[in-house]
Amino acid sequence: MKVYVPRDAAARALGADAVAAAVVREAALRGMAVTLVRNGSRGMVWLEPLVEVEAGGERRAFGPATAADVGAILDGTSAKALGPVDDLPWLRRQTRLTFARVGVIDPLSLDDYAAHGGLAGLRRALDMTPAALVQEVTDSGLRGRGGAGFPTGIKWKTVAGAPGPQKYIVCNADEGDSGTFADRMLMEGDPFTLIEGMAIAGHAVGATKGYIYIRSEYPDAIAVMTEAARIWVAARVSPGFDAAIRVGAGAYVCGEETALLNSLEGKRGVVRAKPPLPALEGFLGRPTVVNNVISLATVPVILARGAAHYRDFGLGRSRGTIPLQIAGNVQFGGLFEAAFGLSLSQIVNDIGGGTATGRPVKAVQVGGPLGAYFPVAKFDTPFGYEEYDKQGGLIGHAGIVVFDDSVDMLAQARFAMEFCAIESCGKCTPCRIGAVRGVETIDRIAAGDATAIPLLTDLCDTMKDGSLCALGGFTPFPVMSALTHFPDDFARHRKAAE
Amino acid sequence: MPPILEPRLSEIIAAHLVLEGPLLPILHAVQAEWGHVPPTAQGPIAAALNISKAELHGVVTFYHDFRETPPARHILRLCRAEACQAVGANALAAQTKTALGVDWHGTTPDGRVTLEPVFCLGLCACGPAAQVDGRLVGRADAAALLAAVAA
Repeated sequence: MKVYVPRDAAARALGADAVAAAVVREAALRGMAVTLVRNGSRGMVWLEPLVEVEAGGERRAFGPATAADVGAILDGTSAKALGPVDDLPWLRRQTRLTFARVGVIDPLSLDDYAAHGGLAGLRRALDMTPAALVQEVTDSGLRGRGGAGFPTGIKWKTVAGAPGPQKYIVCNADEGDSGTFADRMLMEGDPFTLIEGMAIAGHAVGATKGYIYIRSEYPDAIAVMTEAARIWVAARVSPGFDAAIRVGAGAYVCGEETALLNSLEGKRGVVRAKPPLPALEGFLGRPTVVNNVISLATVPVILARGAAHYRDFGLGRSRGTIPLQIAGNVQFGGLFEAAFGLSLSQIVNDIGGGTATGRPVKAVQVGGPLGAYFPVAKFDTPFGYEEYDKQGGLIGHAGIVVFDDSVDMLAQARFAMEFCAIESCGKCTPCRIGAVRGVETIDRIAAGDATAIPLLTDLCDTMKDGSLCALGGFTPFPVMSALTHFPDDFARHRKAAE
Repeated sequence: MPPILEPRLSEIIAAHLVLEGPLLPILHAVQAEWGHVPPTAQGPIAAALNISKAELHGVVTFYHDFRETPPARHILRLCRAEACQAVGANALAAQTKTALGVDWHGTTPDGRVTLEPVFCLGLCACGPAAQVDGRLVGRADAAALLAAVAA
């Protein structure tokens, strides 16, 4: 009998290690031959730790499990039984392409990986010319999943055409946006997919070296990726390409690609002006592909199934699937991979089940701390890059944070400015100084000074137009969306002060 | 007492010099060894990498992770980001600060706990999130966190 207990950080933060220890202990007490597998998470965070028992070729789920539940789970008498895991509605409704193996396999077993379709993409890629490979990725319609949405194939083409004796594939795993955890789950649950995607990218552009820059706040992802990279190299899976792990040091701005490259080089994580593009002068001044974890981890399935298969999902110019991360005050939070095009109402109410507190939803922040707050009135917006742009927002890394009606939107706007002030790299004035002034200006509004509102709007325009990168440039999104859609929260403070 | 750096510091530096961009890996390794990046270690690191002390100082102080003084016995990090705010992170922070009698980045007078903010631990569907001496905690509550750093 095989028993699966996730090693995912969220599962562990909710007690999975104690459950795993109980599995070993209780199995020994019963004289049962049990193989314990520490898999990734299926993404149903409200059910974590989710235990799966495999018998007769079927995996049955139990959760949320505690150590005390384990005896009954092994005996088949547990009240936490949820039935066959593949029949759970949350999983059945998804289109899992990037996350097909996450939660299913042993993350550090190359055999398990290959048995579940791993390496098929790399095999096909290595039979193709680099030019054909770049074309295939371009044809898939894949765009940067870190948030910028730049077509992955076009970026690769630039690097492929750039002269240079040494090129690099750099994976941006500095997933700092609140409400996002797709990169973390992918790295902890199916790390070989990411390395495979990087190896394919390496073949496409002529790069032999790759770096995965993981934020230090993700100790579990660092541990799994480090071990996976070691196994990959030892097994000589892609002899012409190897990937190494580098760890960030707690700077949010290093999620910006040029700041990340500086950090990787051992410098302050300060943003670089573009041009030159990292594709031409990136890591150590050499041609470099910088792609997000999800972008790279989606490449193997695109190669394995063909560009058309992937492109046929989605809407408009947003092709394929997107791993939505439903978070915050929500009843059913977790990772839900689906084709682009779901409305916020479907995501928050149907899939997420509304708020965990049972109170009405007031606002949903989409795309991390630099994303706009959406009011319920905009819940019909379909999930896509251009669709969100038209609404004055962004999909970012597809994190969706739900707030109930107790949230004070002026406080959220203030926090956005405070966060920008704390995390600004300091390179450009609108961000470095503007964010500090933003906090002060919002405090004036809170104290009842209505003349500060146009000042705040003006400041946001300056930050938007005058900042080098998205930190200063996009902080106005949460601020202005809060001000525009929830004016009462900015007026109420005025009244209270009067 | 200041830590005795040699010969360990030289070993750490030497082990990382083969890397492309060795500085952050060196700083992480130094902090893993001594709990902080001692100012006395910075001269040898700068010399080994052929960068100025000023440049090294700039890097050490840029990143939130690196500290130049030893931490308390426990490091308690509370997530301040939006997803955790949506489920009570601000109240949790206020309770914890009151109970410990410190603000962000503060250390209790007995050297027991340092309280640090963190912006996202990737536990956004099971917040509020916390980290006690490296161990991640989901759906954190003040009583359990305080008990974990009581000794």
